[in-house]
Amino acid sequence: MSAPHTYTRPIAGWWRRNPFYRAYIVREMTCVAVIAYALELLVGLARLAQGPEAFETWLARLARPWAIVLNCVALLLIAFHAWTWFEVMPKTLPFINVGGRRVPDRAIVAAGAIAAVLASLLVLFAFLYR
Amino acid sequence: MVEPRTRNIRIECLRYAPGVDAAPRMQAWDVPFTDDMSVLQGLQYIKDHLDGSVTFRWSCRMAVCGSCGMQINGIPKLACETFLREYMPAGIRVEPLAHFPIVRDLVIDQSDFLAKLESVRPYLIPAVPRTLAEGPYRQTPGEMDAYYQYSQCINCALCYAACPQYGMNAKFTGPAALALLHRYNADSRDAGKAQRMEIINAEDGVWGCTLVGYCSEVCPKGVDPARAVNQNKIESTKDYFRHLLMPRGSGSR
Repeated sequence: MSAPHTYTRPIAGWWRRNPFYRAYIVREMTCVAVIAYALELLVGLARLAQGPEAFETWLARLARPWAIVLNCVALLLIAFHAWTWFEVMPKTLPFINVGGRRVPDRAIVAAGAIAAVLASLLVLFAFLYR
Repeated sequence: MVEPRTRNIRIECLRYAPGVDAAPRMQAWDVPFTDDMSVLQGLQYIKDHLDGSVTFRWSCRMAVCGSCGMQINGIPKLACETFLREYMPAGIRVEPLAHFPIVRDLVIDQSDFLAKLESVRPYLIPAVPRTLAEGPYRQTPGEMDAYYQYSQCINCALCYAACPQYGMNAKFTGPAALALLHRYNADSRDAGKAQRMEIINAEDGVWGCTLVGYCSEVCPKGVDPARAVNQNKIESTKDYFRHLLMPRGSGSR
């Protein structure tokens, strides 16, 4: 049998076609904020290695208003990015049974998100009352 | 008895005749319908009364056979369980399932999809085959629960139409085939996991997935292909390190 004569439509612009795809792209794009913040910390580490003076200069630069605004924006984007990954966390796990009953997906999502919030608060308190 | 209310709906349908049309075009009709009519029945009305050349696949009319999958207003759905009344008054646009080659009108070429289903060894591979005299395999409800959801697939291919990774790379094994693979791996009667590991580990196996997750969203039977694929990324990682630490050990790859 010969192969049928077919037409394949182009895929370009697929992510604009559906709200679900747009949400996926937003999820993926917010990782840029994670990279930017990681680089910022890396620069801080390099300054720390150069000595106290370099580190103080770096801290002073971060205390400028636009740096604070940028970091606040990054925090929001990173929080959203983290949430989207907790949302899909059940997809990465086999079914978990406790006492013969399957743990619902929303409990897995909530457990992950609550653990992240508690860990963040712990770090914050350790920083404030050091 | 009260006569059912009849209204008209605009149905726009992708048309493509191989060897005649250079590219697909759209054609629209005003179709009379009653509130109990599905999109499939709307298409059947067109074929019976307005244009006999409109081509589409269908069989059971009740979401079991998986034949009538199509893009309905851009979303992969079964035409038999989607109702025309939901699309009033704006009308409806039907196109063949995305990402597949179009054979004619709403009919897609599923050969690649079917070959992938076959490729995952979708049958029980027992460690020691039982003889007839030994009777059937036995399973607890818990053991059945581990794979039952994945066994509900009707091969309608909506998940492939939902998967942009498959759209961009047709070599990707894809959601339904990987869910089917997992259906057998998760079965307590099966011991073929090592044989299927090669398919999971491949570049175009589970690692072709970026967890868009739309496959599980569009599935008409409540199968969760995204879960089958993504929990096997963990299995694949474990398998990789097992072979890194114990190159001559048991297992696969």
